[in-house]
Amino acid sequence: MNYGISLYLTGPEIFLSISGLILTLIAAWGGQKSARLSTILAAGALVGAAVITANLLVNPSFEQGGDAFGGLYRMDAFGSVAKLLIYLAGIGCLVVTPRFFDQGREYRPEYPLLVVFASVGMGMMVSATDLMTLYIGLELSSLSSYVLASFSRSDERSAEAGLKYFVLGALASGILLYGMSLVYGFSGSTSYLSIRPAFEGTLGTGALLGIIFVLAGLAFKISAVPFHMWTPDVYEGAPTPVTTFFATAPKVAAIAMTARITLDAFGNQADAWRQIIIFAALASIVVGALGAIGQTNIKRLLAYSSINNVGFILIGLAAGTVAGASAMLVYLAIYVAMSLGSFVAVLMMRDKDGKQVETMADIAGLSRAKPMLALCLAAMMLSLAGIPPLFGFWGKFVVFQAAVEADLLVLAAIGIAASVIGAFYYLKIVKIMYFDEPADVVTGENGIAHWAVLGVTAIIVSPLGYLLTKPMGALADRAAAALFAVV
Amino acid sequence: MGGFPILSVMLLVPLLAAIACLFVEAKPARSIALGATLVNLALGILLWVNYDIGGAQWQFTENVALFAGFNYALGIDGIALLLIVLSTFLMPICILASWESITTRVGEYMAAFLIMELLMIGVFSAQDLYLFYIFFEAGLIPMYLIIGIWGGTNRIYASYKFFLYTLLGSVLMLIAMMWMTGQAGTTDIPTLMNYDFPAGAQTWLWLAFFASFAVKVPMWPVHTWLPDAHVQAPTAGSVILAGVLLKMGGYGFIRFSLPMFPEASAQFAWLIYILSMAAVVITSLIALVQNDMKKLIAYSSVAHMAIVTVGLFSFNVQGLEGSMIVMLSHGLVSAALFLCVGVIYDRLHTREIDRYGGLSINMPKYAVLFLLFTMASIGLPGTSGFVGEFLSLAGIYEVSSLVTLVCTTGIILGAGYMLYLYRRVAFGVQKNADAAAMKDIGVREWLMLGPIAAAVLWMGVYPESFLAPMRGDIAALDARLARAAPEGDAKLAVGTPRAGAANAMPHVGSGHEEEAAEGAH
Repeated sequence: MNYGISLYLTGPEIFLSISGLILTLIAAWGGQKSARLSTILAAGALVGAAVITANLLVNPSFEQGGDAFGGLYRMDAFGSVAKLLIYLAGIGCLVVTPRFFDQGREYRPEYPLLVVFASVGMGMMVSATDLMTLYIGLELSSLSSYVLASFSRSDERSAEAGLKYFVLGALASGILLYGMSLVYGFSGSTSYLSIRPAFEGTLGTGALLGIIFVLAGLAFKISAVPFHMWTPDVYEGAPTPVTTFFATAPKVAAIAMTARITLDAFGNQADAWRQIIIFAALASIVVGALGAIGQTNIKRLLAYSSINNVGFILIGLAAGTVAGASAMLVYLAIYVAMSLGSFVAVLMMRDKDGKQVETMADIAGLSRAKPMLALCLAAMMLSLAGIPPLFGFWGKFVVFQAAVEADLLVLAAIGIAASVIGAFYYLKIVKIMYFDEPADVVTGENGIAHWAVLGVTAIIVSPLGYLLTKPMGALADRAAAALFAVV
Repeated sequence: MGGFPILSVMLLVPLLAAIACLFVEAKPARSIALGATLVNLALGILLWVNYDIGGAQWQFTENVALFAGFNYALGIDGIALLLIVLSTFLMPICILASWESITTRVGEYMAAFLIMELLMIGVFSAQDLYLFYIFFEAGLIPMYLIIGIWGGTNRIYASYKFFLYTLLGSVLMLIAMMWMTGQAGTTDIPTLMNYDFPAGAQTWLWLAFFASFAVKVPMWPVHTWLPDAHVQAPTAGSVILAGVLLKMGGYGFIRFSLPMFPEASAQFAWLIYILSMAAVVITSLIALVQNDMKKLIAYSSVAHMAIVTVGLFSFNVQGLEGSMIVMLSHGLVSAALFLCVGVIYDRLHTREIDRYGGLSINMPKYAVLFLLFTMASIGLPGTSGFVGEFLSLAGIYEVSSLVTLVCTTGIILGAGYMLYLYRRVAFGVQKNADAAAMKDIGVREWLMLGPIAAAVLWMGVYPESFLAPMRGDIAALDARLARAAPEGDAKLAVGTPRAGAANAMPHVGSGHEEEAAEGAH
C-alpha cells in the first residue's frame, strides 16, 4: 500500500479535515465574534476541496480512478462529480446563512465548522468502497446534521427537529448496521469488491434480508417512502439555511452512496433490489405529491417536494444501467440548483421587521410587491414540476429516457403520469403568488449574497440551462461509466 | 433568402420584446408588443413570399447541435408555413384587442403574449422531436398565466383545469417519443415521418400521441377544459386559444400520428370517427342552449374541430386538404367571433346573450362584420368555412357515407345555433337601454376585424393561394398513407381521368359530391 498515493487520492477529505480542525481552534479562541470570519474560511475550505477534487478528476494518471488504503476508499469520476456537487451546494448554503441568524444573534462559529465536518463525512460516503468506511462517513455527516438541525437554541421547533432527526436517524443507522452485519455474514467481507462476487447466482434468504435492511437504512437517509416521515418535520423545524443544506448536499451524498452500493456491491443481484427501488420510487412520487397538496407551510411543502424528486431520481437507479446512473447525476445536479434556489427564495421572504415568512398565505400576491423574487420562485416551482422549457424538465427527461431504454416502460409511464399530480401543488404556489390579491407581508430588503445565489440558480434553471446539457451529459456519462468500470 | 435564419429571427423578435416589456410601463409595453408582432407579421409574409412552391419539402432549414440528446433544428413545409402565417397574422390583432381592455400589469401581459407567439412559431417550425415537445408543452405556462391573472371571476379553476388536463395528455406522448428515438435512433422529424415502426408498437405509440392531441384539439369527451378556459380567458386569450392553440392538436395528427403510424391510424380510424360524430352532434346541441356567447362559440369550436379530425382520418387528398383549410378558416373565423364578443363585452361587461338585442340598429357596421363571420362559421359559399367543410366532407364520403351523414348534420345545427345567436344579439327590438346606447365600432376595432374579414373572403373565393403551398406535402402524406387507407363504402367511379390536380375537384363534377354539398347547405 502506497501511502503517498492514498493520501493524494483522499486529498479533499484530508484538506477539509485539517481546515475543520483549524476552524475549531478559531472558534475556541475567537468566540462569538469570529463567526463571520469562520464562515468565510469554511467557504474557502470548500472551494479548496472542490479545486482538489476537480484536479483529481482531470488528472490523466487517475483517469480510471484509484483505490486508497487497501480498497477502503475509491477515488473515481463518479465520486468526484458527486463531491463537486456537494461542495458547491455547501458553499451556496454557507453564503446565505449568516444573515438569517442576524436577528436573534444566534449565529456562532460552530455552524460553518459543522458544515465542513458534514462535508468530510459526505465525501467519504460517496467514495466508500467498504461498508466500514461508508458507515463512518455516514455517521460523521449525520451527527453534524443532528446538531445543525437544532442550531436555533431558543426555538422549540428547532430543538424538536434536531431530536426527531437524531432518534429516527439512530434507528435508521441501526437498521443499516444490522443489514451490513448480515451482508458481511453471508459474503465474508465488508469490501464491495468481495461482496459482489460472493453474491452471485441464487441469493440466500439471509443475504437477501441483508440487502433489504441495507436499502431500508439508505432509504431513510435519502428520505424515500416509506422511510420519509421525518423529512417534513425536520425541514419545517430546522432553521431555513439548515433546511437548505439538508435538501441539497446530504441528498446528493446519500443518493450517490446508494447508487454505488447497489450497482457495485449488489451489482450481481439487480433483480433483487430493483423491485425495492421501483416500489420506493413510485411510492415516493405519489406520496410526495399527495402529501404536499394540503400543506400551508412552504418549508413543509418543499420537504414533500424533495420526497417527490427522490422518487424520480430512483427511477434512474432502477434502470440499473450506465445511462440510468448518468441520468441520476444529471437530475441531482439540476435538483441541487432548483432546491437551493427555492430555499434561498424562501429565505429572502421577510416581513418589514426582517422576520422570516413561511406560510403560503403570506406570499399571496408576491408578484406585485417583489416581481423579481416571485418570478425566480415561480421558475423554480415550474422547473421542479418538470414543465419545459425550464431546466427541471431535462432532469426528468434523462431519467425517464434511461428507464425507457432499460425497457421499464410501465414504470416510466406510471411515474410520468404521477408527475402530473405533483404539478398541481407547484402550480398552487405560482397561483398564490400571481393570481391572489397581495397580502403585503413580504416587504423586507435582501442582501447581495442572497440575490447572487438566487440569480445563479435561476439562470441555471432557465432555458439557458439547456446549453449546459452537453458538458453536463459528458461529465455524468464519464462518472457513471467509472461506477461500472469497478467490476 | 440565402443563409438568413429567418425562423430563428422570428423566434428571437418576440423573445427580446417580451424581456423589454417586463421592464417598462404600460404605454411603451403596448407599443413594443405591437411593434414586435408587426415585425413578425412582416417576417411571416416574407416567409410566405419566399416559400418555393414545388421546391424542396423542407425549406428554411436550420440545424445547430446545441444540446445533448436533441438538436436545435428548424424548418417548415407548406403545412407549417400556413399555420405560422396564421399565428403571426393573429398576434397583432390580439395586441390591439387588449389595447384598452387590459389595464393591470400590462407589461407582464404583453410579455406573456409575446412568449406565446414564440412558442407557437416554435411548435410549427420544430424539426426535432424533443424541440417540438418543449415548445408544445411550454405553451401551457404563458396561457396559464394569461387565464389566471387577467381572466374572469372563475379564472383559477379554469386555469388549473386547462393546465393539468393538457399536461396529463402530453406526458405519455413523451414516453412514446423516447421509445421511438430509441428504436429509430434519431430525433429528426422528417426522418421519423418515413420510418416504419412495427405495426404492434404503432398501436401503443398512436394511443400515446392520441392522448395528447385529442386533449389539445379537443375531441369529445376530453373537451371540457375548453369552454371553461374560453369563458374565463380575456378576449385576446380566447383568440389565441381558438385561433392557434387548438390547431396544434390538428397539426400533431397531420405531422406525427398519420405519417409516423399509418397502420395504427387506419386501425383506430373508427375511434376518431365515433368521437368526431359524437362531438359534432352533442356539442352542437349544447351550443344551441347556451346563454353565454363565449361558451356558445367555444362549443362550436369543438364541433368544427371534429370536422377537422374526420377529414384528417379520411386518408385521401380531399380530406387532408379540407382539414387544413378548416383549421385555417376556423382559426380566422372563431378568432373573429371572439373578437366580436370582445367588442360588445368591452362596452357592456357581460357575455349574456339576453342582455343585448337589436344591435344592428345602433351598431350597423358591427352587425355587418358579425354577420359575415357568422356566415363564415356556418360555411356559406364564398367564405372560407365552405371550402374547408366541403372538401373535408367530400373526403370522408369516400370512406363512409354514415360518418358523412352524421357530420353533415353539424352544418345544419351550426346554422341553427349561429343564426339563433345572431338573431338574439343583432336583430329584434332594442330591449335593453344600455345595449341600445352602445357606440358602433371605432378605428381600432376596424383594424382588428377588417383584415380578418378580408382574409376570410379571400380564402372563400380563391382558396388556391392557401392550397398551393401545401399541395406537395399533402400529396406526399397521401402517398405514405396509401398502403393503410381503409376501403371506402362509396366506391366512387371516376368518369374521365381528371387532368387537373386533386383539389380541382369542383370543376370535375362528380355527381355524389355535389349532392353531398347541396344537402349540406
